Amino acid sequence: MGVIHVTDRAGQRHTLEAIEGWRVMEIIRDWGLPIEGLCGGACECATCHVFVAEEWMDKLFPPTEEEEDQLDTVVTKSSSRLSCQILWTPELDGLEVTLAPTGD
Amino acid sequence: MTDHIETDVVIIGAGPVGLFAVFELGLLDIKCHLIDILPKVGGQCAELYPEKPIYDIPGFPMVTGQGLVDNLMAQVEPFNPTFHLNEMVESLESIGTPEAPLFRVKTSENGTTFVCKSVIIAAGGGSFQPKKPPIDNIEAYEGTSVFYAVRKMEMFRGKKVLIVGGGDSALDWTVNLQPIVKRLTLLHRRDAFRAAPHTVEKMRSLVAAGDMDLHLGQVSALKGDNHVLEGAVVRKDDGSEHLVDCDVMLPFFGLTMKLGPIAEWGLNLHENLIPVDTEKFETNVPGIFAIGDINTYPGKLKLILSGFHEGALAAQKVHRYVYPEKKLLFQYTTSSTSLQKKLGVAA
Repeated sequence: MGVIHVTDRAGQRHTLEAIEGWRVMEIIRDWGLPIEGLCGGACECATCHVFVAEEWMDKLFPPTEEEEDQLDTVVTKSSSRLSCQILWTPELDGLEVTLAPTGD
Repeated sequence: MTDHIETDVVIIGAGPVGLFAVFELGLLDIKCHLIDILPKVGGQCAELYPEKPIYDIPGFPMVTGQGLVDNLMAQVEPFNPTFHLNEMVESLESIGTPEAPLFRVKTSENGTTFVCKSVIIAAGGGSFQPKKPPIDNIEAYEGTSVFYAVRKMEMFRGKKVLIVGGGDSALDWTVNLQPIVKRLTLLHRRDAFRAAPHTVEKMRSLVAAGDMDLHLGQVSALKGDNHVLEGAVVRKDDGSEHLVDCDVMLPFFGLTMKLGPIAEWGLNLHENLIPVDTEKFETNVPGIFAIGDINTYPGKLKLILSGFHEGALAAQKVHRYVYPEKKLLFQYTTSSTSLQKKLGVAA
């Protein structure tokens, strides 16, 4: 068991209980925060775009070429990741992410 | 109102669930027209994940998104549905009564009007539209200096054009517009492009010859007065910023789904979904049905197979609106010669 911290687009920080083996997108969606996840986690839409806190970047598996291709379809920062591509494990207890803005 | 199409049912959305509804309606002798905003059928399956394997379609241990769409098209072929692609339904107006529903449906692009007895909304996550980058004030320039599609290349002759993106649209328009614009700048977040290799090569040779510019980074702000763009502030990965001189920006960030006009049809939306009953998958408006990912009810699962089931049940109720005098006999395709005739397979 563990948690992730998610800052929403209004700047409010939420601490969510995480479940091992769930994608971070799924955890955020299950707790009812506004994350679209249109394609359902297939790495095909980039609507689960988040910014990962600097200190956590190195602890994640680097993005695949497929994820990079999808990140091309949003306005990124160096901390951009797709949350459907981050599988939560106990090593990610306390992971800190911010929901990226959407275009409207 | 002379110039309209009369049909039994208009289906909004030509994704897998809309397509299978054609089959279920067809078995009941109900004719339909399908409308979709994309230039092709198949919805998300064809647009988002044509190559991705799907493992939970009954009877198919594995089928790709496009493979499923191709099979569904073959399955509905005997019923000759009419497709209206590249069109978005703009308005849906009730002109009948709850006992005998009748609807007028209008699309936006070339303004087709339909009059039908039932409407089935199978619109998934909504209509596919260009993804807008989250840049402050970008709306102020849309239609004057910022465009999400190129309709007429001539519009950009002699302009300083900034194209943003790294996919096929961005690269194709870079190569096609470069000869006629004053100066072309391509901006992408990284020095890798997921476009056709020969187009990428062409772009690279134009850059090497000094005939266009390639910048790496992201647009962080737009400059200009009165809806007229004068430049874009580009932020690089290291945080530094510089101004790109341009009077047109063309962002190509792919497509996303937006609910669109459906929100205005009085269907008591719940979190952008259409509530329906689980007997007929009918909305609060008699004669309007919602099936697939766009609907909601207790226990709803957003699975393609759920949408197939919902279409079959909705068709039963549609039959009562289309043929109020006829008793509906439940039949199987395995044994009914009448169904087999409709499918063109009767001995």
